[in-house]
Amino acid sequence: MTTTKAKVAYSPVFTDGAEFRIPTFKLLKQDGSLYKGAKAPDISKEKALRIYRAMVTTRILDERMLAAQRQGRLSFYMQCTGEEAAVIGSTAALDDADMIMAQYREQGSLVYRGFTIDEFMNQLFGNELDYGKGRQMPVHYGSAELNYMTISSPLATQIPQATGYAYGQKLRGEGHCTITYFGEGAASEGDFHAALNMAAVHRVPVIFLCRNNGYAISTPAAEQFAADGVAPRAYGYKMDVIRVDGNDILAMHEATKAARSLAVEHNRPVLIEAMSYRLAAHSSSDDPSGYRSKDEEAVWREKDPILRMRLWLESKKWWTEDDEKKLQENMRREVLETMKRAQKRPPPALDTLVSDVYDEVPPALAEQFDKLKAHIRRHPDAYPKSAEHAKGTAKEGGLK
Amino acid sequence: MTQMNMLQAINNALDTAMAADERVLCFGEDVGIFGGVFRATSNLQQKYGKARCFNTPLVEQGIIGFANGLAAQGSVPVAEIQFADYIFPAFDQIVNESAKFRYRSGNLFNVGGLTIRAPYGGGIAGGLYHSQSPEAYFAHTPGLKIVVPRNPHQAKGLLLAAIHDKNPTLFFEPKRLYRASVGDVPDEDYQLPLGEAEVLKEGTDVTVLGWGAQMEVIEHAVEMAEKEGISCEVIDLRTILPWDVETVANSVFKTGRLVVTHEAPLTGGFAGEIAATIQERCFLYLESPIARVTGMDTPFPLVLEKEHLPNHLKVYEAIRSSVEF
Ligand SMILES: Cc1ncc(C[n+]2csc(CCOP(=O)(O)OP(=O)(O)O)c2C)c(N)n1
Repeated sequence: MTTTKAKVAYSPVFTDGAEFRIPTFKLLKQDGSLYKGAKAPDISKEKALRIYRAMVTTRILDERMLAAQRQGRLSFYMQCTGEEAAVIGSTAALDDADMIMAQYREQGSLVYRGFTIDEFMNQLFGNELDYGKGRQMPVHYGSAELNYMTISSPLATQIPQATGYAYGQKLRGEGHCTITYFGEGAASEGDFHAALNMAAVHRVPVIFLCRNNGYAISTPAAEQFAADGVAPRAYGYKMDVIRVDGNDILAMHEATKAARSLAVEHNRPVLIEAMSYRLAAHSSSDDPSGYRSKDEEAVWREKDPILRMRLWLESKKWWTEDDEKKLQENMRREVLETMKRAQKRPPPALDTLVSDVYDEVPPALAEQFDKLKAHIRRHPDAYPKSAEHAKGTAKEGGLK
Repeated sequence: MTQMNMLQAINNALDTAMAADERVLCFGEDVGIFGGVFRATSNLQQKYGKARCFNTPLVEQGIIGFANGLAAQGSVPVAEIQFADYIFPAFDQIVNESAKFRYRSGNLFNVGGLTIRAPYGGGIAGGLYHSQSPEAYFAHTPGLKIVVPRNPHQAKGLLLAAIHDKNPTLFFEPKRLYRASVGDVPDEDYQLPLGEAEVLKEGTDVTVLGWGAQMEVIEHAVEMAEKEGISCEVIDLRTILPWDVETVANSVFKTGRLVVTHEAPLTGGFAGEIAATIQERCFLYLESPIARVTGMDTPFPLVLEKEHLPNHLKVYEAIRSSVEF
């Protein structure tokens, strides 16, 4: 049996997909006014301000923490700069109970959902209050309370997991969906293709959100794929797809809202490609001057998504110069004070080294741990972070 | 001779191989104009063009599958996996394909030209996904060679040998030493033998064995032990698969004691294989149990990585225990 209903041709007919030119959905111009013919979205003042505050907070957090990394207070950092609208606009269109499975550049989603600056700092400094117990590099956040799955570094692994998670949500029938974020680079991984195919076949309420920000570390999108971006791939799996101006907060919100209703009400998975630009370096370890020009960055600086939203808010008389000043000052102060607090907190207890590998510590590992503690007690000066914790209970292991 | 760090030595080896043979190609994520995230492939695209040194899309299984095909066709691919932690998406291509190409086809086809380079290991505040030492997973797979250099001179000579070797070879680079390890490297094209361990220091009381970044740790531990009058023989295994049983056994015949160290977890780690083989060969000569100093049986931590790692103090204590048994 064949599943194709294609027309029969009597000479070889090839197509290369060049006809797949997917339009870009936009609502908001850079000056804060709407495009001609664009319908004003239905976003309340309260919601608009929640979104805007999240964007500004994310930007300030990023600036401060990059500076902290440069001062040597922090080992590593990654910014969302330039992509705040893509991330926060989409998250804001969801129900706060929907699951988020992110890549690593989506701190904006957490800010929007109310992750506190303290919670960010505890993870960044890997202190005793870090939910991840100081096991992962900075920016690998997670929050069960805010339905934000803890980040895993291996790229794209979260995408098929999102399909599975959302399938479980469908079975539960509680009307929730999962959104998964990833870059256009990660979309090359096999996991991406597996995820889309399974979602389409099993009609899973999942939203795949590709942040196409032009680069995967140094690799430009043109060396990532030959096609017109990531969006056309959805056709191959028969999945709904939309391409959005990723710097347009209103368009991102509207597109995601519509995607959510397709997913939740009709069990149709959706692919959203948000077209944006990674304004910052890939990470604090990266120097983009080796692979792209300042001029190119400047063009995108002109399209700043935060400024665009601010101008829209001002045009609606929902925001003033004064509001902006206050928000900026308060956030900067809060970030700095919180950072100092978090930095001073002690590291996680020594037994976090062996907990959570399994539900219980297996005997062989417990034995290794006892030996380690005895070793640390013999050389407390060599282990400044854990010497205190190693004192006490365990039997002295001796040299053998 | 030129003073180089390990990255420069690796870059120099790639340059040497590409200059000598136009079938040699280098590719992987960010390998092109940028020269790789660690800069191991700097200037190669500028020198040899985009057809021979290029960025791939971000898909490890694709990179190695592509490399297998290229090698089967007669090219000499040197594929970079950005971190050894990200080699696992390509596990199927390596373990089921690279390793078995020759065997399953009765040698009609092989991918002997293939070399896979990947930075491995901890001590760089990388946490669980930028610190792993996966050599033991691959050592369980007949058909592969696995090589780990300890310094710039070794890196160039071993990498050139891996590229010229007629078997698919995994080349794990100790990234902690990329810039930290500096030394004289010959300018010419030279190879160091694969499958041979190197005795770095002769001694009579105990054999201390490791590879890659652990060799520096061993050196430090041995200094401490020797101050107390313990004579150590130090061996760098260099090739994990196939490994040099002869050299290690001969050393243990002499010293009667063996301490093996690696960063990967204890259980199923390659030290277990070495211990089993050596006790089989040298049972009647052993004066104490073979000791393993390794990472713990946990994923690799971040804040407590120092505690987790088999450092010089732990190796030193193992040496002493072994001698005082
Ligand atoms: C499986 C895997 N391979 C490689 C890496 C190393 N790596 C981390 S980020 C990155 C680039 C990702 O680019 P993209 O998905 O476009 O996201 P962006 O950084 O642009 O937001 C790479 C190659 C990784 N983390 N996981």
